[in-house]
Amino acid sequence: MNGHTHNTDDRRELQMARSMCWHCQSEMAGEYFCDRCVKVQPVSKDLDYFTCFGLPRRLAIDTKVLEAKFYELSRAFHPDFYQNKSNEERSISLGNSAMLNTAYRTLRDPIQRAEYLLDLEAGAVKDIRTSPPADLFEEILELQETLDEFRESDRSSEHASTLRAKLHTDRTNLEERQRDMEARLQQLFVRWDALQDRGEATEQARTERTLILKDMRDILSNRTYVKNIVNDLVATIA
Amino acid sequence: MARIVGIDLGTTNSLVAYMDKGTPRVISARHERAMVPSVVALTDNGLIVGDPAKEHLTRNPERTVYSVKRFMGKSLADVQGELAYFPYTLTEKGGVIRIQLGEKSYSPPQISAMILKELKLRAEAFLGESITKAVITVPAYFNDSQRQATKDAGMIAGLEVLRIINEPTAASLAYGLQEKTQGTIAVYDLGGGTFDISILKLKNGIFEVLATNGDTHLGGDDFDQLIADLLLKDIRAQHGLDLSTHPDHMQTVRLQAEHAKIRLSDELKTIVSLDLPDGQGRFTRELTRDQLEGLCSPLVERSLGPCRLALKDSGLSPTDIDEVVLVGGSTRMPLVRQRVQALFGKEPHCDLNPDEVVALGAAVQADILSGGTTDMLLLDVTPLSLGIETMGGVMSSLIRRNTTIPASAKEMFTTYVDGQTGVDIHILQGERELAKDNRSLARFRLKVPPLPAGVPRIEVTFLIDANGILNVMAKDMRTGETQSIEVKPSYGLSDQEVERMIEDSFKFAADDVSARKVIEARLDAGALITTTEKSLADGGHLVSAEEVAKIRTALSALASAKEGTDPRAIRGRMADLEQAAKGLTVAMLDDSLKQGLQGKKISDVT
Ligand SMILES: Nc1ncnc2c1ncn2[C@@H]1O[C@H](COP(=O)(O)OP(=O)(O)OP(=O)(O)O)[C@@H](O)[C@H]1O
Ligand SMILES: [Mg+2]
Repeated sequence: MNGHTHNTDDRRELQMARSMCWHCQSEMAGEYFCDRCVKVQPVSKDLDYFTCFGLPRRLAIDTKVLEAKFYELSRAFHPDFYQNKSNEERSISLGNSAMLNTAYRTLRDPIQRAEYLLDLEAGAVKDIRTSPPADLFEEILELQETLDEFRESDRSSEHASTLRAKLHTDRTNLEERQRDMEARLQQLFVRWDALQDRGEATEQARTERTLILKDMRDILSNRTYVKNIVNDLVATIA
Repeated sequence: MARIVGIDLGTTNSLVAYMDKGTPRVISARHERAMVPSVVALTDNGLIVGDPAKEHLTRNPERTVYSVKRFMGKSLADVQGELAYFPYTLTEKGGVIRIQLGEKSYSPPQISAMILKELKLRAEAFLGESITKAVITVPAYFNDSQRQATKDAGMIAGLEVLRIINEPTAASLAYGLQEKTQGTIAVYDLGGGTFDISILKLKNGIFEVLATNGDTHLGGDDFDQLIADLLLKDIRAQHGLDLSTHPDHMQTVRLQAEHAKIRLSDELKTIVSLDLPDGQGRFTRELTRDQLEGLCSPLVERSLGPCRLALKDSGLSPTDIDEVVLVGGSTRMPLVRQRVQALFGKEPHCDLNPDEVVALGAAVQADILSGGTTDMLLLDVTPLSLGIETMGGVMSSLIRRNTTIPASAKEMFTTYVDGQTGVDIHILQGERELAKDNRSLARFRLKVPPLPAGVPRIEVTFLIDANGILNVMAKDMRTGETQSIEVKPSYGLSDQEVERMIEDSFKFAADDVSARKVIEARLDAGALITTTEKSLADGGHLVSAEEVAKIRTALSALASAKEGTDPRAIRGRMADLEQAAKGLTVAMLDDSLKQGLQGKKISDVT
């Protein structure tokens, strides 16, 4: 089974799970509003953000489409339009809007989108690295030392300005690394999307899928690590 | 649905507006301007608000409260640095500032409620219906406590606050409605006490705020203070006088400073002059625009930092901004315009009256809420990050600043000790690393069933609603039970206190109404005395000496009634005087007609 059909199956299941309108108890056919009594329905907690926006689980997203859908759903859910409604409807509107805003914020940003997809497909990435990635080990260790030394130095001394210059170079290098990683992620995104589009259910496709997800996970976590180091560095020399 | 009005509760001026068939309009009382100075004074006849109260700034400085917005949602410690500048006495009770007025002390929301009530009365008189619902604006950079305090003020004034909206975004609504603008706009709002910058994307009726920033303590008041300090220094140098021991003269200096500042927006130089205490002569000096700009430039510069941060947070550069909109009285200063223009590289817009545009926008939002306007929708953001204190006194962010609201975050809590029955949670707002450097919003204790450590699982939901105000809910994941949480605000009134203030305000409402009647009667009496005296001077020769004497007696009777507190007595003496002066009025009218027939111009006669 490929990701795409897997996706629609999921959706059907979800709708089954909340198949009754909270208000008129009729069977739910509509997406967010009951077909019969037109009352707004709470978005299921299990509804994934891609499905919420009616998008396939791809990593390249047309942000224009995403935005248009966000605006459309905002008009459907926003508390401004529920001022005169019942307490239930107002609280559903509030919950749905908050969920929608989180979904939009997550999918709008390519990195957060990838992290989210990874979470859906293979569990959370959030176990943040505490030690440097292998290929950066030496470099980062040295950088930490320089940072410590700089923190303890007299900022006006010559030594401090040498250190500062060194930190500047390190920063440029690390940012370069970060860009590298982003480029590699980009390639993985393209491969992921192609795999989704092919929709093959072969053993080979499954293996490739696992590999892509693993690589994505590694790079995403390394990138976060490097990004935190850069932030720390920038804050120190600012 | 009952009508909802829009209110701009400003540091220096407040306004109320309503939607009139698709067009927002500000409401003014008869013969008065729409702006109500945000000033409350305690007089011998009770509390008065607005223009009449403003007159008491110099007459009665210890009992006249201005710029109360600066104290909303604050503790005394927060404002320690500026206490010396305010002639009225501030104390604190339960983390909330109290302002001493005569025997009683009032919280800032109570003082603000008096201003809101005045606006409510105006709206009711104008629209001829009772008003109980409002949208009130706050600076975008207001934190949770300040927003909550504003909401409390509304409740105390007898208004259901259906929405708190941000001033710059309100302005953008008024603008968008007028101009049908599309694209990215920056709203720069510099008022009397606060500064805000908001960057918005306008598209097909959606007003999406991308980022907001500001300084809740930067505005025209601060410019006035700098000028006043300069004048005080001069007075000390020239006359050897220290005015800081004369609260009434301090107020005069402050007001003269403000007037000079305003004149220098149009002129290149101006003269400041004021009487010194105890007949010690007059102080006069020239102030040039260059000098003013030299003084104020660091403050104007300070507003540009938040602008840059807002641009950065929205991922934009100045060239991405299609339009810059100026809001607030202080943006009339040429220096402000220049600096804003230089930063964004384009000439700012100020087509709508910067004093009114916020109230107009609040009226538009009110209309959206009542279902009148359906094609516009405002998607605002929370200005500050929200988080909780974690181990080691560090703040852990749950909802980042500039997140679109409503926004929510969930956090799972458990226990570290067997049988532990509670978890203390400290909610914070701010951008700093350490909990102690951020604003403490509230603390609460999560109830946990006594179980082995790590077994309880309580999910806490932090929800920032469309007002930018925090709501907290907790759910025991094992039992599915929800828990109501009593959140004790760190710097706010508790629900019970607000309740009591609402009750008080009903109790005093009767007093307030009668105080208002006295004041109105006095104003009317004053006007009648002036015109009658003028008529006597101009036309006294047209009537008999006896009649003149009768008029004079009625005049002095009215003058003494006016000193009293009985509005009916004042109105009665006014009627007497009108009766006594009837002959004179008729004689003067006849005379002018006669003069007219003789071909003379009336203007020559009067
Ligand atoms: N022509 C002018 N030149 C300079 N300053 C002016 C001018 N006109 C008004 N101001 C200043 O604008 C300020 C009042 O502006 P505004 O009414 O917009 O503030 P506010 O809404 O009461 O305050 P805030 O929005 O900060 O709560 C005062 O400080 C006043 O001195
Ligand atoms: Mg204002």
